[in-house]
Amino acid sequence: MKKLLIPALLSALLAACSTTPLPEDGGAPVESRSGASTGVTPVTAGGLDASGLPRELTDPKSKLSQRSIYFDLDKYEVKDEYKDLVAAHAKYLSTNKGFKVLIQGNTDERGSREYNLSLGQKRAEAVKRSLALLGVKDDQIESVSLGEEKPKNPGHDETAWAENRRADILYKAPDGRGEF
Amino acid sequence: MSRLSRRAFLAVALFSAGLAQAQLSIEITGAGANRIPVAIVDFPGDPAASRVITATVRSDLERSGLFKLVDHGGLAFDENAPINHADWKARGADAMAAGSIGRSADGRMEARFRLYDSQKGVSLGGAAYVTSNTQLRAAGHRIADYIYEKLTGEKGVFSTRIAYVVKSRGQFLLQIADSDGQNAATALTSAEPIISPAWSPDGSKLAYVSFEKKKPVIYVHSLASGQRIIVANFKGSNSAPAWSPDGRKLAIVLSKDGNSQLYTVNADGSGLQRITQSSGIDTEPRYAADGGSIYFTSDRGGSPQIYQVGAGGGEARRVTFEGSYNVSPRPSPDGKSLAFITRREGRFQLAVMDLASRQVQVLSDSNKDESPSFAPNSRMILIATEIGGRGVLSAVSSDGRIKQRLTVAAGDVREPAWGPYYQ
Repeated sequence: MKKLLIPALLSALLAACSTTPLPEDGGAPVESRSGASTGVTPVTAGGLDASGLPRELTDPKSKLSQRSIYFDLDKYEVKDEYKDLVAAHAKYLSTNKGFKVLIQGNTDERGSREYNLSLGQKRAEAVKRSLALLGVKDDQIESVSLGEEKPKNPGHDETAWAENRRADILYKAPDGRGEF
Repeated sequence: MSRLSRRAFLAVALFSAGLAQAQLSIEITGAGANRIPVAIVDFPGDPAASRVITATVRSDLERSGLFKLVDHGGLAFDENAPINHADWKARGADAMAAGSIGRSADGRMEARFRLYDSQKGVSLGGAAYVTSNTQLRAAGHRIADYIYEKLTGEKGVFSTRIAYVVKSRGQFLLQIADSDGQNAATALTSAEPIISPAWSPDGSKLAYVSFEKKKPVIYVHSLASGQRIIVANFKGSNSAPAWSPDGRKLAIVLSKDGNSQLYTVNADGSGLQRITQSSGIDTEPRYAADGGSIYFTSDRGGSPQIYQVGAGGGEARRVTFEGSYNVSPRPSPDGKSLAFITRREGRFQLAVMDLASRQVQVLSDSNKDESPSFAPNSRMILIATEIGGRGVLSAVSSDGRIKQRLTVAAGDVREPAWGPYYQ
């Protein structure tokens, strides 16, 4: 059985330095895996959370726990304020090539459901392209749309609509566990 | 213009226990200007069965907005009884129907009837329908279809079914009901959204988009067996299935190469072919009635508009020009008109274009119309809309005069699809 050193990040370090997703070994427990390939295998720092993902991706103190990118009405450009966030995810995915992400595009409730599905797809696709430009491999990313079907905010006003014009990044670990 | 002041509520009992309560009721909110006065007398025979069948015929005819029921005075005549036509003419009837309920040789129910022209005092014909005891309403619908066709010259749609999605208590139910909202059955229950149900031309299957795999995937679902096959589960989103008129192909929307684009695929998922090549959104395909072309929505011109392309691809032609948001094209089965949703001053409304003159008429006065669906006789259009923050279905005649509303007591109802003629 082969032991792989798993990159780990202490949450304190993360909080102090949120733009540095590259991990250091903080002496956290190391998970032993059997049958792993020679590629980089991820992350167990302080254990996995319920989704089976490294804490680094789910700890609220980690920038990588921020998974939502918001869009303007009828727009699908990734706004400048999200460039750092996208870069952080790109860096994580480039370093951890066994991880995959599903980008789910969403829209507000107004208009045709099928047209909104395509609009949500365009938003997800914009995030996917941003990640790809930063070096993430195509086979690590799938962009899909939920259209208006899964509103985060069920309200019917401008506040709710703004919250629902969104793309979310969901992670899946190499062992298949994760958020999708 | 006369309006039906009486509000007819038909409560519906759902067949199945254990599922979320989802009762569909129909309210008539408008009727045609020149309704045909017709009398349906009671049918002698099994009294319980007679009541079900005649009540079904009467409510079908009245709900259509094209007929006015003439009081039959509690009279009962069978289909061979001598009829005093002058008497029915005097009661104001243009037509009257009489019939009987008997047992066929194999023990099932047999409903016989005859329709008369009260003005001319002649028979317009009759028929007999054999049915099981649990299908009495179906016999009523067949009789109503017969009367409708004889008196209007168009085929009736009372024996058709509708599909729709109910969202209730966090669950999504794909339901099938008779065109009067009764007899609802749940074909699929899911914790994730179901959208865009589309009937196969033979009425045996539904194609739809289900999000049960955390992304939109297209299924074809055989209603009788419950068997489901995945028709499209490519990388990205798979959506907006539409059957070709011969039932062999589906036009679908895939984003596997980036943005949403139109493709066609055989009904078993084989033979994928790309139809459009644009840098924007192409979605909501619908075959024209002759199968030769496909209407769809595209933002290639800067705003969502309706276009038409050959069923095998080629150059697309723009169809809508008024306004900045025209979506959800639905060509009528008779090939004469195109229903769609238009945004006017922030309101999403049902509109119909006459394909010969290109004239557009807005048919509704609501704010949130979606997903139009023609009845197979092209006379009525079913839409999803919202009243008091809740999803309801509404049926509007293609001239805008007749309106019906279908609501579900315990939830939101949306994504209606009117099925084909009874086969």
